[in-house]
Amino acid sequence: MSTTTAQDVTRRDFLYIATGTVGAVGTALALWPFIDQMNPDASVLALASTEFDLAPLQPGQGVTIKWRGKPVFIRHRTEEEIKKAKETPLAELKDPIARNANLPPDAPATDENRVTDGTGKVNPKYLVQIGICTHLGCVPLGEAGDYHGWFCPCHGSHYDEAGRIRKGPAPRNLDIPPYKYISDTKIVIG
Amino acid sequence: MSGHATYEFKNPVVRWIEERLPIFSVIRGQAIDFPTPRNLNYWWTFGGIAATMLVVQILTGIVLVMHYTPHVSLAFDSVEHIMRDVNYGWLLRWLHANGASFFFIAVYIHMFRGLYYGSYKSPREVLWMIGVIIFIAMMATAFMGYVLPWGQMSYWGAVVITNLFSAFPVVGETIVQWLWGGFSVDNPTLQRFFSLHYLLPFVLAALVFLHIWALHVVGNNNPDGIDVKSEEDTLPFHPYYTMKDLYAILIFFLVYLGFVFYSPWYLGHSINFAPANPLSTPAHIVPEWYFLPQYAMLRAIPDKLGGVLVMFGSLIILLFLPWLDTSKVRSNRYRPLGKIFFWLFVIACLTLGIAGSQPAEGAWLTVARIATAFYFAYFLVILPLLGKIERPKPMPATITEAVLSKH
Repeated sequence: MSTTTAQDVTRRDFLYIATGTVGAVGTALALWPFIDQMNPDASVLALASTEFDLAPLQPGQGVTIKWRGKPVFIRHRTEEEIKKAKETPLAELKDPIARNANLPPDAPATDENRVTDGTGKVNPKYLVQIGICTHLGCVPLGEAGDYHGWFCPCHGSHYDEAGRIRKGPAPRNLDIPPYKYISDTKIVIG
Repeated sequence: MSGHATYEFKNPVVRWIEERLPIFSVIRGQAIDFPTPRNLNYWWTFGGIAATMLVVQILTGIVLVMHYTPHVSLAFDSVEHIMRDVNYGWLLRWLHANGASFFFIAVYIHMFRGLYYGSYKSPREVLWMIGVIIFIAMMATAFMGYVLPWGQMSYWGAVVITNLFSAFPVVGETIVQWLWGGFSVDNPTLQRFFSLHYLLPFVLAALVFLHIWALHVVGNNNPDGIDVKSEEDTLPFHPYYTMKDLYAILIFFLVYLGFVFYSPWYLGHSINFAPANPLSTPAHIVPEWYFLPQYAMLRAIPDKLGGVLVMFGSLIILLFLPWLDTSKVRSNRYRPLGKIFFWLFVIACLTLGIAGSQPAEGAWLTVARIATAFYFAYFLVILPLLGKIERPKPMPATITEAVLSKH
């Protein structure tokens, strides 16, 4: 039995491993376009921001508009609602984070932080939030639930006057989208 | 198990092909002469019934696609077009929609049969596991198919189910946007669901092939759960079981077609006759009946991630069943305690189904929690312990002895 020389082994091994590696890495790289094609495409990402005129909204009136295919709740809150939301102690909240895209991610869920826009302007009259339950994505009903804020009929989540989760399976307060005031009564979302 | 007999074919064309591709001897050996236990009861016909339903779904599905349009602005109308304008469109659509339900009925009975008679035990572990994968794949197929008519329940079902993935920490949101192809369930979602709903049934067919292959390596289990010892214990598959299966399929079809012709929407939800509206969620979202037990488990847990893990866990745990059940006796015919707990398990599953159809509050929530606890306890506590404490009844030595003792 002859022993194979070290040189032969090294050369063959190198060719096998190199071929195998190129094949494996090549296949892995080729996979990416097939995966990435499912991500949001350019036309979806390019969806323009939405402007909204707050002036016609009366106190106690809310509307739902569409932004990036999602419902956005805009509510002109009554004095009483603002008062109740402000008086709620933070300790009672299920989710103590503001969930406001215009604020740092650790901002506490005070009523002020729920109505702050991208420039830092605070206007407690108008609450702007993404109308999607943070549980499994249903659209909550307005002026409903134990806290007279929003109530999700799908799995029973109750949100308060500031859209903060108080009861039920939802883990987070309703999200506040990025928006800013472009005049005293006009906002642009996105 | 498969016979090793060499077949001599007389027809020269058959002989010529057989020498090049032994397809005729495979058919003879696996579908005609295949030795099958002589004591199989009617619960054993549900595998054949399920396979038949898969064929019905593929055939009706292929022709429905000739008339359906996967686009958010056209999908709902194209389904109505199928119902009103296409020749026999109503029939094909109802066959397909009810076919999904009856496919699940057959598969659920088939699974409970395997559970009762211990068909998952050695040497049939791989056979069982392929079956579990088939079950999960057909759940995905059914879910995506239900989205295609783009009614209110289609849409909101898609929203709720895809949002399950948002429960996973860190990557959840990215996964959901990847599934949607956007920031909400929209046209890209509908189109990819359509593509996958067409693909998956063929994946299912391939899995069913593997399932049957695994079955033919180890052979059928039987109601007594004892191994085949001699030829006396078996019958050739054809004509004994081809005819028995066919008879069961015909009875099953009477019920299936009864629904199709007389109450085609009995198992559906009338809100799905309203076109999808992304701005308004229907008051009471429920999945199709075949997902209700899993849905009840999802809602029984007050934590989002916990609920999702429990729901997926209820399926994954089935893969480990062959090793969780420690009893050496297969059939519950000879397991006095196993039998009792099996029926309690069936009741727990049915209870979960009812709880899943009710709003998640009050007494039903408590009931769902107890049933969920029992579901997991059955696999993780009861089956592992029973094998150690139970005294099985005396078993017959052979299948023939078991059969003849009754006559």
